[in-house]
Amino acid sequence: MKTPIISIQNLSADVEGRQILKGINLTIYPGETHAIMGPNGSGKSTLAAILAGRDGYNITGGEVIYGGQDLLALDPEERACEGVFLAFQYPVEIPGVNSTYFLRAGYNEIRKHRGLPELDAIEFLTFVKEKVKLLDLPEDLLRRPVNYGFSGGEKKRNEIFQMAVLEPKFAILDETDSGLDIDALKIVSNGVNTLKRSDNAQLVITHYQRLLNFIVPDFVHVLNDGRIVKSGGKELALELEETGYDGMIHETAAPA
Amino acid sequence: MNINENKPNVALANRVLDLSFNGKEQGSSESNADEPAWLLSDREVGRARFAELGLPTLRDEDWRFTNVAPIAKMEFKPALKREPHGVTKKELKQFPFTALAGCQLVFVNGQFAPELSSLTELPEGVKVMSLADALATEPALVEPHLCRHARTDTNSFTALNTAFFQDGAFIYVPAGQAVAEPIQLRFVSTAKDHGATAHPRNLIVAERDSQVTVIESYVSLSKATYFTNSVTELVAGENAVVEHLKFQDENQQSFHLGTLAAHCGRTSNVVTHSIALGAKLSRTNIYATLAGEGLECVLNGLYLTRAEQLADHYMIVDHAKPHGESHEYFNGILADKSKGVFHGRILVRPDAQKTDAKQTNKNLLLSDVATANTKPQLEIYADDVKCTHGATLGQLDDECIFYLRSRSIPLEKARRMLIQAFAGEIIERIRCVAVREDLDRLVWDRLEQNQQITVNP
Repeated sequence: MKTPIISIQNLSADVEGRQILKGINLTIYPGETHAIMGPNGSGKSTLAAILAGRDGYNITGGEVIYGGQDLLALDPEERACEGVFLAFQYPVEIPGVNSTYFLRAGYNEIRKHRGLPELDAIEFLTFVKEKVKLLDLPEDLLRRPVNYGFSGGEKKRNEIFQMAVLEPKFAILDETDSGLDIDALKIVSNGVNTLKRSDNAQLVITHYQRLLNFIVPDFVHVLNDGRIVKSGGKELALELEETGYDGMIHETAAPA
Repeated sequence: MNINENKPNVALANRVLDLSFNGKEQGSSESNADEPAWLLSDREVGRARFAELGLPTLRDEDWRFTNVAPIAKMEFKPALKREPHGVTKKELKQFPFTALAGCQLVFVNGQFAPELSSLTELPEGVKVMSLADALATEPALVEPHLCRHARTDTNSFTALNTAFFQDGAFIYVPAGQAVAEPIQLRFVSTAKDHGATAHPRNLIVAERDSQVTVIESYVSLSKATYFTNSVTELVAGENAVVEHLKFQDENQQSFHLGTLAAHCGRTSNVVTHSIALGAKLSRTNIYATLAGEGLECVLNGLYLTRAEQLADHYMIVDHAKPHGESHEYFNGILADKSKGVFHGRILVRPDAQKTDAKQTNKNLLLSDVATANTKPQLEIYADDVKCTHGATLGQLDDECIFYLRSRSIPLEKARRMLIQAFAGEIIERIRCVAVREDLDRLVWDRLEQNQQITVNP
């Protein structure tokens, strides 16, 4: 039997005493794309943040096993070195930090972690210029400060560009589709689809079914009030489109 | 009634004047005798103004956050003549920018040191010399500008400088000439006595269509508590392009008062940088008069303080004519119990329609007990203008740190990257590449020495 990339078991968490996650169970195998859908406030972004290691959450129960390790015991940078990647819902502008310098620093940390030699500035530039084309991003982005003065669409594309460079084993896309026009959505989706391999996995968090026309998931989970209330194949997203969150949540909640 | 009883600062001023005069008489009483009459009269005005204004106190609105009482207690011992100083060219190599090509004038304790200076070949008509020499040989170039731009009526330190300056630099770039390499003025203190005082005075004149870069460094080979009170007058003629940088890295016991009065002509482009790293107490005054239409003026600054240092930047940008653009960018990185002060006043006169003035002051506090005081002041008398200001103070942004860490960059490195970036925002505005690189390294070394970086805020 295959080993999962990540296994989330009964994960519960609160923020300042307010319970946000109430026992999440989710197992993802290599080669799979999972989508998590849910209304605002259902806990989608909290789950993404906890998996990436953001401060400010209190884990009250459960565990996350990633590549045989206790993921929650690792620092964010250790998780990233192990291949966890979060595409931010709101990428941060960092004035004064050059994009290429920043990305090379991250990339070389991962190489160091894997016992590979670091790339110098010129080697790295050659490498990233290929990746820039994939996301149809202007090359001058590499000379600009990280996300600084980028449009909303550029920021989201930049997230996927970073994902292309860092080649994660497990990528979490937190509402990467929000605020994108259809052209940008196609570029981003195409980037994500290109990066899919048999030995990695993706967790796509979205509010809208629209994204799943472009990134076709193997599994769809509906998250509500800190729990996964329904799981299924990609057809679940279509069903959700018809019934809406309210319809589905009531239907699942009633018999319980 | 003794007026001094009510105004203790004036009593102090008289004491300072007495001390300065005494020194003068003991030294070379004839030193000013061959100066032109107009200068002697300006000096007299300076003395009178200083006696009248006294030293500022905390009650003075422009000095609310900076207490100069420790300066007032000093002995004010002027260095009156060119004395043997024992400084070698090799010793100077420890200071930044010394490897740069171009003219370098060196002053030791305020006195010109020709043996340490190097004068490279300059384009025709360009003059770089000591101000004392210029007063003797080029009075016609000096007279229209010296003491005409730095006001003595509102700034008692400028008044004091005007009364007692001995020397400094004179730079003259005639119309249409461009000087490729930066011209450097390096003021070195070797003061052995506590209370040693120098009043350097510089005049930079860039005539129309000319271009020049000038770097003023104030550095220290001394461990004494000394006082530098410099004044630089900068005149940018019509369409002139001038880059000016003041680098202040005096020793941690010293006091530094530095004033720049810039007069900018029509469609000129003037950028001045102030990098303040040293001194126990430093105050940089920048008065920029935007005297012509359609010009651009940038005031850019970085201050790094630690221990009990105080770095104060005070500026007035005076928009007198239409279509002027001014930008002020000042970032401070404050550690330990140190203090940063920023006071930026933008004045838009009735004539100055279509003014575009921006001001930002950002402070990064690396400790819980560091202090930043920031005071923007907009005074607008025209109705069709764009003026903005913003000030921030805070610690490193947690969200930025998390973003970097989520891309594999370790916490410590993430922190350093952000601090460096904060300084880099200012340093990257320096146009001269060699200067920028030197400063980048230097500022980084200073930050690395600062152990506060590694302490969790």
